[in-house]
Amino acid sequence: MDVGTLTQQLVNALTLGAIYALIALGYTMVYGIIELINFAHGDVFMVGSFVSLWLLADFFGLRGPINNPAELVGVLVVAFVFSMVVMGLVGVVIERFAYRPLRNAPRLAPLITAIGVSFILQNIIQIWRGPAQLNSPQLINVQAGFRVGSAEVHWISVFVIAIAVGLIIGLHLFISRTRMGRAMRSTALDREAAQLMGVDINTTIAVTFFIGSALAGAAGVVQGLYYGYTFFTIGFQGGLKAFTAAVLGGIGNTTGAALGGFTIGFIEVFASQAGYANWSEAIVFSILILVLVFRPTGLLGQPTAERG
Amino acid sequence: MRRLWRSVLFLGRDSRLRAWLKPWTDSLNTFSKGHQSLSVVLGMAVVTTVLPFIILFPPFAGFATQGDWVQGFASAGIFVLLALGLNVVVGLAGLLDLGYAAFFAIGAYSYAYGASPFAGTHFPFWPLLLVGAMVAALFGILLGAPTLRLRGDYLAIVTLGFGEIVPVVFRNADTYTNGTNGISGMYRPALPVTGTFLGLNPVPYYITVAVLVALAMVFLYRIQDSRLGRAWMAVREDELAAASMGINTVTTKLLAFAIGASTAGLAGVFYASKVTIISPDSFGFTVSFTILAMVVLGGMGNVWGVAAGAFVVYEIQSELLKQMNGFVEHLNLPPINLGVTTIDLAKVDFLQYQFLLYGLALVGMMLLRPEGLFPNRRRRAELHDVDDAEAANQELVEA
Repeated sequence: MDVGTLTQQLVNALTLGAIYALIALGYTMVYGIIELINFAHGDVFMVGSFVSLWLLADFFGLRGPINNPAELVGVLVVAFVFSMVVMGLVGVVIERFAYRPLRNAPRLAPLITAIGVSFILQNIIQIWRGPAQLNSPQLINVQAGFRVGSAEVHWISVFVIAIAVGLIIGLHLFISRTRMGRAMRSTALDREAAQLMGVDINTTIAVTFFIGSALAGAAGVVQGLYYGYTFFTIGFQGGLKAFTAAVLGGIGNTTGAALGGFTIGFIEVFASQAGYANWSEAIVFSILILVLVFRPTGLLGQPTAERG
Repeated sequence: MRRLWRSVLFLGRDSRLRAWLKPWTDSLNTFSKGHQSLSVVLGMAVVTTVLPFIILFPPFAGFATQGDWVQGFASAGIFVLLALGLNVVVGLAGLLDLGYAAFFAIGAYSYAYGASPFAGTHFPFWPLLLVGAMVAALFGILLGAPTLRLRGDYLAIVTLGFGEIVPVVFRNADTYTNGTNGISGMYRPALPVTGTFLGLNPVPYYITVAVLVALAMVFLYRIQDSRLGRAWMAVREDELAAASMGINTVTTKLLAFAIGASTAGLAGVFYASKVTIISPDSFGFTVSFTILAMVVLGGMGNVWGVAAGAFVVYEIQSELLKQMNGFVEHLNLPPINLGVTTIDLAKVDFLQYQFLLYGLALVGMMLLRPEGLFPNRRRRAELHDVDDAEAANQELVEA
């Protein structure tokens, strides 16, 4: 592999990893706070891509790249804010009706409702937009870019990575600096003690779901812009890989989720480069199993004592 | 409201019907405690005999032939077996397995290698049942040995990964597995008296799967009450305490994995011999999840409950929702007049909504009965409110 290809693939890996990282954050935040593997999260991402498709293609009537920078920025801001707010609210509704009633139920009960919600979301989208793959308008010209040595770096990749990194840093600041962030951390640590200290548990968990789902909504917009298509089953594969990323990084740990997302992106891109595109899933999961065998709590996870 | 639901749907504690039936249920209980294996076999015999006739009556009759129903029951039996096996891993030993369909796939492919034109072999079905179970158990041990020391959800993700790897391997190793097309033309089972089973006649398959389920249930009941079964429950409740009581937790968990996997292998062999064509796509994540939903909905840890849960979920998902159109037309409901618009249920295409309805059913059943339809008494004692817990403890003391 020459230097040009290597650079090229590094950029591809970072872009792919950025999308996985955005979805993985939602998994890891929800797991961190209520120890639920939220299997509907991948489908929240999928619905997000359809919401952004509806806004851009049907509401604004856009079909291709926008060349006027001011207009482009305006549309992008509206698309991200709209998709994130809508998906955030969807996340809150899901939590309210499918998970909150089961907060004190056996641990597997909310897992089953999560699966149920996932089926419901997929079927709703299938009824709404049909089972075919749909094209999304790629607002940023995917051909435009600049050269680094012999590698071609597209602006869209730069944009995707910048958005993901920006959101991750924003989330990190929110969790570490704000009052609500502190409430989230204390709820994750010990729900009852947090409640005794005056933290409103229901609001805190709802906010966690809002943020996690909003990030998945952002990933949905990115999906449309970067790949130019969406499909009602993308939530399943994307969600599975993102969940793997969250576990790889150490579930419950937001930095770990970002790290895990980029790791999975690298593994996948370089497996394809080596000619094993069909095997990429098997390779991702084999590496995950190997990592867990040697580091049972993921790359950045803290070892915890078994709770009784 | 909740109470009403319970008494209508599940013959709740306060139901008069229940009081009226008490003498009979009591003597049945006494009998089943003394002769557990016999009563399991008798129970399965009764269920197997009654099922093909219940569906001749409304509301089941009319929109599918008896043959179609029995065909469906035979397929449901496969999922009952799978749920029973997963119940050992999840319900008894408390290890969350999200890739259980992998062992199902391994069993099915074992049969394909043992009796299909693709492999050029034709071994008889019955010994292959055992071979499939053993191969699956071997893979269970291979996966479990390095990973069972992982805690809780990390184990879940490893099994999920394994469940994804297995179909990918079957899909991409074309030379050995015929890739996405899968393997077809498996030879059907044969018995000395009946000859080779015919594809059009579901009865031999139905009886075979009923026998397999009965055997599995007898085996599981006995193992559950054995030293090993108690060790599983101890590990489930508190691994550290179990270890300090002298239980070898590694062997105990490995055995749960192996026994669970072997049941799935058995189901896989039967499945392959019944449908005679298998492809990697039949063993994905959705299958693993469906089986898990069956176990949880049935009531984890309770053998009959899990079997019933599997049957109910399978019938809802694969029969009722697929035949909903015929079913609703058959009911002859009058159109609902909403003023602005009229909804004629007979004209709605329910096939389009089947996953929506399945999802709603999963969420609804879970919200109504978080501990499953037929919870294990010991589990209910742990999870329910004080009154129920005391009552259940009382029952346990009496038992």
